[in-house]
Amino acid sequence: MRKKIIEFRNVSFRYGDEGPWVLKNCSFEIYDNEWVAIIGHNGSGKSTIAKLLNGLLFPQEGEIIINGEVVNEESIWNIRKDVGMVFQNPDNQFVGATVQDDVAFGMENRGVPREEMQKRIVETLAAVGMQDYRLTEPHRLSGGQKQRVAIASVLAIAPKVLILDEATAMLDPSGRQEIMQTVASIQGREELSLITITHDLQEVAQADRVIVMNSGEIWKEQVPREIFSQKESLREIGLDVPFVAILADELKRAGVAISIEPLNHEELLEDLWTLHSRT
Amino acid sequence: MNNSLIIGQYVPGDSIVHKLDPRTKITIIFFFVFIVFFANNVAGYGLLTVFALTCMFTSKVPIRFIIKGLTPVWFLIVFTFILHLFVTKEGTVILDFWVFEFYSGGVIQGFAISIRFFLLILVTSLLTLTTTPIEITDAIEDMLHPLKRFKFPVHELALMMSISLRFIPTLMQETDKISKAQASRGVDFRTGPIKERIKAIVPLLVPLFVSAFKRAEELAMAMEARGYQGGEGRSKLRELKIEKRDVFVLILFILVVAGLVLARIYG
Repeated sequence: MRKKIIEFRNVSFRYGDEGPWVLKNCSFEIYDNEWVAIIGHNGSGKSTIAKLLNGLLFPQEGEIIINGEVVNEESIWNIRKDVGMVFQNPDNQFVGATVQDDVAFGMENRGVPREEMQKRIVETLAAVGMQDYRLTEPHRLSGGQKQRVAIASVLAIAPKVLILDEATAMLDPSGRQEIMQTVASIQGREELSLITITHDLQEVAQADRVIVMNSGEIWKEQVPREIFSQKESLREIGLDVPFVAILADELKRAGVAISIEPLNHEELLEDLWTLHSRT
Repeated sequence: MNNSLIIGQYVPGDSIVHKLDPRTKITIIFFFVFIVFFANNVAGYGLLTVFALTCMFTSKVPIRFIIKGLTPVWFLIVFTFILHLFVTKEGTVILDFWVFEFYSGGVIQGFAISIRFFLLILVTSLLTLTTTPIEITDAIEDMLHPLKRFKFPVHELALMMSISLRFIPTLMQETDKISKAQASRGVDFRTGPIKERIKAIVPLLVPLFVSAFKRAEELAMAMEARGYQGGEGRSKLRELKIEKRDVFVLILFILVVAGLVLARIYG
């Protein structure tokens, strides 16, 4: 039996008392060691979910339970220990004057002793491949490197859940790949639930499960492959279908018998070169 | 973009001056500023100059960095010297030229003031040359600690200082970007009458301020998400430690002060 880490029970949220509902009656569960991608176009409520998970916002209706605790004013400091968050802008979440100061910031807030901090800094920087930059100042790092430091500083407090709130949105393609690789390798190694929030369908391919948001409601909750196969309806709610999915569709229309819904180019390639032996 | 300029003048090194506890350095400089005005004869000035120069040479900071630090005040030193030449009417006349009379007192006074200036600038710039801004912030936080009893927000002040330091390069890069963006839209920062040029800064400052506030808001959220709840119960990664060398240097400095007092009494 898998352990429930996060539970949303009929959660509704709006900014102010008069504003429109940003989240409408959302319910979902996230288990330990699971990678869940939340995807949706701008204003679909996906970033609000992230802020609710960390107690940066509180729901007007419904309740959120994290690791057995209901999120409220009293429990947020405990919950923030369990839920780490990486934000979109690499510059605006870098607090320390150097890489190691930034990684230490979260631990300093929790009164972790100095020796323990030094040990954790070395470990977590190695986990994100930034061990050679321990004393570097932030303005000498690329966006991707800064985001890796941000991930390290979250890992340093050993959270149970890591949320990446559009953490790759402001990076160039190579930085984006850097982060996705880092995240995938961490998820393989550590006991950690991972929530990636994005509007880029290509980033959901590696997730175990995808929650698609549309105007404040959960539109679909499926594995990536099923999501990818519903191109028309994805377009209708304003999401870009990845090139490989479009290509597979076109090939099918042209009479090529593709057997799977490919998630990436390798899968499509694999399917194409074995095509002849299958038919 | 010139990074060395942004980060202050810190020159990395591992001399004893670099390794001294920043609190030791700040304390010595604080008192040095006072005792410079205490010297009144050749022996006194000599002693202080020897002390300052010894610090300079043991720091192993290349001379050109020190000269660079002195350039802005060079003019001031020369100017006060000349002013004293013309204004002071003490001692004997040593030169009578047209309507001016130069007195020996003026020369001595001018020298004394110039040396004071020189020593002050030298010692204070040695602090910034051998200490990182973060070390200085840590030292200030630690030295202001007693004020906490009077509800003075020491921790918040230090955090503000270190965050400002961390964001200076970021905001400089941003300024650079905005000024290029505005220049590409036809704003002229470099030519034209001064009034026009000042006006041209407005389209630079407004977006800079808007983005700085946005950054502040996001940073505050990120800090909160990482569990920041003020100074209570925080531990610190960086540690200040008084070592043997600090004690040694402090004793040396006290000897210099004592020497100066003797020079003043018997000189």
